[in-house]
Amino acid sequence: MHETMVAESLLATISDEARKQNAKPVSAKISCGMLNAVNDKVLCFAFDAIAKGTSCEGIRLEIEHKLMQGQCKKCNERFDFKLNCPKCPKCDNEEFDLLPDAPLLLEQIEFEME
Amino acid sequence: MSRKIDVGKRILSANERYALKNSQLLGEQKKLCLNMISSPGSGKTTILARTIRDVKDKIKIGVIEGDIQTDLDAERIKATEAPVVQIETGGSCHLSAAQVSGALEKLPVGDLDLIFIENVGNLVCPSAFELGESGKIVVLSATEGDDKPVKYPAIFAKSKVLLINKIDLLEAGAQVDFDVERVRADARKLNKGIEIFPISAQTGEGMNRWYDWLAESTKNLQGD
Ligand SMILES: Nc1nc2c(ncn2[C@@H]2O[C@H](COP(=O)(O)OP(=O)(O)O)[C@@H](O)[C@H]2O)c(=O)[nH]1
Ligand SMILES: [Mg+2]
Ligand SMILES: [Zn+2]
Repeated sequence: MHETMVAESLLATISDEARKQNAKPVSAKISCGMLNAVNDKVLCFAFDAIAKGTSCEGIRLEIEHKLMQGQCKKCNERFDFKLNCPKCPKCDNEEFDLLPDAPLLLEQIEFEME
Repeated sequence: MSRKIDVGKRILSANERYALKNSQLLGEQKKLCLNMISSPGSGKTTILARTIRDVKDKIKIGVIEGDIQTDLDAERIKATEAPVVQIETGGSCHLSAAQVSGALEKLPVGDLDLIFIENVGNLVCPSAFELGESGKIVVLSATEGDDKPVKYPAIFAKSKVLLINKIDLLEAGAQVDFDVERVRADARKLNKGIEIFPISAQTGEGMNRWYDWLAESTKNLQGD
């Protein structure tokens, strides 16, 4: 699955930061939208496998999935988009814009203190 | 004790760099590039071969064929005499922008109006990898079930066009249970602007509206 490629980019980015900080990473927070097709277990498995023997071996990944957002055309309310109930929760209007999906982001790295 | 550092960096950036390069190259030369995505067997290659033959006097088409292991699809495109470059992904479930960048170098891009990319058969992974294309085309065939937009929303949300293929199987008396209107409604909920063309790549039914869309899209791009 394509999680391997995500894991590779992730490993490269975290290793880079670790070098800059001159510290050992213990965990990393990632966030992504609904449309990125990232499976948590597959990503963690792939990451563990390629991180063996690197400064990132054994670090914990936390993955947050962000729902897609809709914005009501009538009252401007922003809300979590649900396919089975696609309307504004505030005014019931069915006319809304679907906002762009959240990108795949490396949000935060936690490092060991000396 | 530990300390936390906020990073806020986008992942997938290696792929995005190549995607940007591809889209710049295509943009400079004003070439339309469409990334075709579906499950295996929905009819991508059949649609491409028929489209190339039917519009060849109007639109010059080249094809990038992604296939996991074989060059069978590339051979089918070659038979139409359109230029084709094959990418064997060797097991990977999607094409990457780097692979497409290499393929674009081998195609006679300057002589073409339109480049199709046939992605690896898969509704999930290819949708997450931008290739630098002008737009995505999702193909759903009548035998796959009308619940697919609900189950795989990403690709329907991101596509410019939905081709509902194999509608010849829905003629009266057929044994296929597939509600075109349901697919249309669900896809529109995810993506208001999506163009939807029910077609049969086998009989040619409905293909003219698709060809008109292609002609208009290439003209719009080259005109401005
Ligand atoms: N009945 C019918 N069969 C089709 C149609 N389009 C493609 N097929 C058949 O579906 C099978 C898979 O087609 P192919 O183009 O190889 O699908 P791909 O894997 O998406 O490239 C082939 O046996 C085609 O002949 C269609 O419109 N109607
Ligand atoms: Mg094919
Ligand atoms: Zn509202």
